[in-house]
Amino acid sequence: MRFGVVVFPGSNCDQDCFYVIKEVLKKPATYIWHKDTDLDGLDCVILPGGFSYGDYLRTGAIARFSPVMKSIADFARKGGTVIGICNGFQILLEAGLLPGVMLRNRGLHFLCKHVYINTENTQTRFTSLYNTGQILKIPIAHNEGNYYIDAAGLKELRDNNQIVFRYCSAAGEISDQFNPNGALDNIAGIINKKGNVLGMMPHPERSCERELGSADGYFIFKSILKWLKTGKT
Amino acid sequence: MIKPDVYHSLGLSDKEYQNITKILKREPSNTELAMFSVEWSEHCGYLRSRRWLKLLPKTGKYKTLIGEDSGGIIIDDLAIIFKMESHNHPSQVEPKQGAATGVGGIIRDIFTAGARPIALLDSLRFGPLSQAYNRYLFTGVIDGIQFYGNCVGIPTIGGEISFDKSYTGNCLVNAMCIGIAKKDKLVRARAHGLGNPIMYVGSSTGRDGIGGCSILASHEFKEGEEKRPTVQIGDPFTEKCLIEATLEAINTGYVVGIKDMGAAGLTCCISEMASAGNSGMDIELQAVPRREENMEPWELMMSESQERMLICVRKGKEEQIKKIFLKWDLNASVIGRVTNDGLVTIRDNGKTVAQIKAHSLTQAPVYDMPYRKPKSLRELNKLELSKIPQPKDCNKVLLQLLATPSITNKSWVYEQYDHMVQTNTVVLPGSDAAVLRLSRFSGIPPKAGKGTNKAIAATTDCNSRYCFLNPYSGAQIAVAEAARNLACSGAHPAAVTDCLNFGNPEKSESFWQFKNCVEGIRDACKSFNIAVVSGNVSFYNESPKGAINPTPAIGMIGILNDINKACSQNFKQEGDIVILLGYCREELGASEYLKEIHNLTKGDTPQLDLRLEQAVQETAIKAIERGLVNSAHDCSEGGLAVALAESCVSNKDNMIGANINKLNYDMRRDALLFGESQSRIILSCSKDCVVKVRKIALEFKAPFCIIGKTGGRVLRILNNIEKLIYSPLEDLYEEWSSSLKKNIEG
Repeated sequence: MRFGVVVFPGSNCDQDCFYVIKEVLKKPATYIWHKDTDLDGLDCVILPGGFSYGDYLRTGAIARFSPVMKSIADFARKGGTVIGICNGFQILLEAGLLPGVMLRNRGLHFLCKHVYINTENTQTRFTSLYNTGQILKIPIAHNEGNYYIDAAGLKELRDNNQIVFRYCSAAGEISDQFNPNGALDNIAGIINKKGNVLGMMPHPERSCERELGSADGYFIFKSILKWLKTGKT
Repeated sequence: MIKPDVYHSLGLSDKEYQNITKILKREPSNTELAMFSVEWSEHCGYLRSRRWLKLLPKTGKYKTLIGEDSGGIIIDDLAIIFKMESHNHPSQVEPKQGAATGVGGIIRDIFTAGARPIALLDSLRFGPLSQAYNRYLFTGVIDGIQFYGNCVGIPTIGGEISFDKSYTGNCLVNAMCIGIAKKDKLVRARAHGLGNPIMYVGSSTGRDGIGGCSILASHEFKEGEEKRPTVQIGDPFTEKCLIEATLEAINTGYVVGIKDMGAAGLTCCISEMASAGNSGMDIELQAVPRREENMEPWELMMSESQERMLICVRKGKEEQIKKIFLKWDLNASVIGRVTNDGLVTIRDNGKTVAQIKAHSLTQAPVYDMPYRKPKSLRELNKLELSKIPQPKDCNKVLLQLLATPSITNKSWVYEQYDHMVQTNTVVLPGSDAAVLRLSRFSGIPPKAGKGTNKAIAATTDCNSRYCFLNPYSGAQIAVAEAARNLACSGAHPAAVTDCLNFGNPEKSESFWQFKNCVEGIRDACKSFNIAVVSGNVSFYNESPKGAINPTPAIGMIGILNDINKACSQNFKQEGDIVILLGYCREELGASEYLKEIHNLTKGDTPQLDLRLEQAVQETAIKAIERGLVNSAHDCSEGGLAVALAESCVSNKDNMIGANINKLNYDMRRDALLFGESQSRIILSCSKDCVVKVRKIALEFKAPFCIIGKTGGRVLRILNNIEKLIYSPLEDLYEEWSSSLKKNIEG
């Protein structure tokens, strides 16, 4: 049960993800350098947040060409568990492992704060330990989190139950007022059709310990562990 | 023969030029002249301030470490390294890049010591937001800080922002960085060991930032000057790579010494590393990686291109170090060797273009500057309260004060900064001080068995209006307030970094302000028994509109013994008892209230009794450490009423009102509500804990007074039976939370 945390030169949440796996979940973790291609022995790959290559161009636009990304695509094709957080989500979109694109936040500013998200789909290997509709308090920190997809794509996401998290109020109300970045349909996280690749803008690794203000993200990692152990969601 | 207009244009005086020819016993070459001009600039050489800076205490109750470029304290097995530095003039000229490179520079000062940067703070000052250019500077500076800090992955956890017309034409951008290392892993900025290779690592060298320190930072702004080419351009992505590569390199144990190429670039690194190591260096410029063609030796020596470092490596280990930097796609090139002749020798393709004693470059002349108290102060310090009308509607005044840019909530700013990355921020920005856990760094196990329970708190503080009206007392209050902010989070004040921003030191009245502020900091720090471990002086903060208010920004670190006891400013539950530690005096001089409501910058600063201050702070710290207190907030700008309002509304998800009905003062109502008497902290605690808190206050001889109770949806303040404030929380929140955004975005 081994987690791999990808390190692009400008990743900056890699050490936080590594810490959560190692010190909070007490499970083995290794770093995967972006120039490496060997994912042998890994059960779950984490694409962490940060600014992979500085992101002076479109976020994730360069990272998708990293040697490691080809291996990750193969890994995902074979059903391996992949989670992209923040910049990791943006990279998964650029790499075509998840559908849609990211636009700049509608306020045109970087935004770092705790928000609330509604757990829409608990039939996934990432969310099986939550109750449907459970509201999570979780931080965001991004400049480009304004998710967009065309109408046909959105319909497909809905039809296949691929929307996993949506921004909401503390009480669970989903409306534009509680949408921090303008994301279409308040989308905060989606999975691929196969259900083995999750991308989400909020940072679960920043909400795994109560002293940081919320431990609501912890069960994402616990759900993954359950899946890896039992093959069940 | 070098003509006077050449060295004048480099910022050197006739006397300094003669001095240089005397040292060299000949005319300097172009390259040598360039090197002297930057090393002897006020920015690098501290010519006018050095004599006074020696007064600041270097030791205190925590064990201190003072390095070449930064300093810190030891906590168990950890070294906490920190420093604050200015980047004022570059930010005034090009706000985004000026602020960004200010952040980049201070980060490098920390990780070159071998410490991982774990937090940033910023102390910012601008002219009034009513002017479009000030709004441009303000938004540009915020943009620069978020651009750089977010990308490098260091949380920006706090700081301060205030506004005053004295900063129109010369804004202040002071950035502070905190780093952490195992205490035995630190390195110095020294080159020694005959024949040890000198390596250049990081970005390549271009023509950006030439003369940044000598031309831009060491002179006042004149009308219509074009100084943009002297501002550097920041690349946080490269910096992020440089942080990781440098820390990896230091971890090998093969790094003898390392220094950041900041102000004065290569010149500074070469001469200061050689001088600090009592050695010399022989450098070949052809080996310097560059991004522009046909650069002259003097340009290479003066360039302030960012994200570069100079490393003295142990002989024979060059390849191992090089490999690390190449892995991160950074340049790494051996450009010279350590010598034992005490000389800095610079060659260009073998030909010597400069040869100077390292010490003579680093020992810039010391000037004893004349100082004189400004005549205008006598009139300004007079304040006849009887001539100031009392407000009829105090509610209106309170709402107005909550909306002033210097007081209002700054979430519009700090939400643009990633303040949570690295997952150590336990008390987030917006309280008196941010708190960071240390458990991920220390191997010393607490009871729970998972790293230490200790934490650090950090804040910056300075009320420059106080320093303008009374520099000595204003600087003391800056230290006291910073310490009070920390105390409110439950932290013991531990050490200081200072960033001293002043006008032209060649003007005796400006220099008087500087001297008095330094003395104020010295006396306050001695009284708290804390050291000033690092700092920076920025003179010449003047524009044709005049000098800035004297602004000795204080950055302070505090230590919490138990992270689980960390405290924040907002009321936590209904029915808690509200306690005031300290006294309210009838003091309105220098207050935000006088400035905002009566348009007066007048009077003297509030009294400061350092013994009373410590009694109040120690009471708060002990009560928090015992777990007796639910909230703690200090009274500063806007006084008691503003502090109470902030405690009511600063947690949007759980706003709690208060009924303050036990005040019993015989004084003007505006002084009671909005006066800025020092040494006051507002605590809230559950009913059962009051007696215990009172006992602690008695033990420290701190004035203790129950003033009311939390609860409801209204802030109500009475004095005796006179109703002063009755304001619904929604109104308070609206003014306090949205004014900054409205000012910027309209």
